[in-house]
Amino acid sequence: MFTEASLAILLIMALTLWRAVKGPTVYDRILAVNAFGTLTVLLIAVFGFLTERPEFLDIALVYALINFIGTIAVCKYATFAHLGGPLDQVDWDDV
Amino acid sequence: MSALVVDFLSWILLLAGTAFALTGAIGIIRLPDVFARMHGAGMIDTLGAALILLGLMLQAGPTLVTVKLLLIGVFLFFTSPATTFALARAALAAGIEPAVEDKTAGGTVAKAAEAAAAKEGDERS
Amino acid sequence: MPHIFSLIGVLSALWLLLSGHFHEPLLLALGAISVAFVVFIAHRMDVVDHEGHPIQLSHRAVRYFPWLLWEIVKANIDVAKVILRRRMPLSPRVFPTQGMQRSELGLTIYANSITLTPGTVTIAVDGETLTVHALTGAAAAGVETDEMNRRVAGLEA
Repeated sequence: MFTEASLAILLIMALTLWRAVKGPTVYDRILAVNAFGTLTVLLIAVFGFLTERPEFLDIALVYALINFIGTIAVCKYATFAHLGGPLDQVDWDDV
Repeated sequence: MSALVVDFLSWILLLAGTAFALTGAIGIIRLPDVFARMHGAGMIDTLGAALILLGLMLQAGPTLVTVKLLLIGVFLFFTSPATTFALARAALAAGIEPAVEDKTAGGTVAKAAEAAAAKEGDERS
Repeated sequence: MPHIFSLIGVLSALWLLLSGHFHEPLLLALGAISVAFVVFIAHRMDVVDHEGHPIQLSHRAVRYFPWLLWEIVKANIDVAKVILRRRMPLSPRVFPTQGMQRSELGLTIYANSITLTPGTVTIAVDGETLTVHALTGAAAAGVETDEMNRRVAGLEA
């Protein structure tokens, strides 16, 4: 059961990776990589059951949080070209 | 006996979860622009993840493992819309317009797009 | 003040459940130190209030979340049907909708609920006006009935 589920999740990850490679805009890639991260969380969880080591769930939990923060940071960086500073100080002519 | 029933239910939930996640991934590939693709990603984040985690919870039984799976689900549930909104905001700020195509009601969509554009202008000023 | 006690309770429960050790003094002491440190930082950041830790919603949220989950299931099936068609019957549209909520927290819950139901995504917020991107006319009509809007407004009453 878990073998089949992890294989299916790997296939789905490959599909999202295709969108990440194809683009065309950077936001398509960010979207695809975010979905890839969510699927990674699920894969780690299923893998923990497959190898009967529930400690993997802690990794999945932390990966879910890192994926969230990473996506937000990349979104901000891709648009504003820096990570610091509040949005109302952004020079909109540069964007 | 009951173990067999639980296994059967887990199979169904895992199958349904991967089916929804697969549909979401197909959506990410097939849908026309980045705003439409967010709906596909939303499917993976909501029902795909929830059903797979539910199937795993049935296998874990009433233990701490179930609590951790529930926490993963809750984190995904709360972070997914925030990520989507950040992405939409970034894409709009970069000047990507959502492709709007409507055959039934011509005027309203143009107006809505105009309103959205005006709103975006307000946001920038 | 009740928010701080509630935050301490939630963080302690999180520590106990994630560590799974209930009797080892060292781990419990480390947990207590961590909870105290996080509560101190959160208090310094001034985020322990009705917005950062909304306990006033909890008993009404118990009724809202099952409804939201069921809406998510229905919306997922609708979007899956659209995506799996050979020729996708898409009519993407962008339209504004007025949130009826009084607080920014309520508005955030409404915007996030719209995003969580596939088929509709909140792409911009300006005051009480949300700009929603919908994949199909049916998904847009679902938002325009304002049922979710009313339920979220009822949540904060």
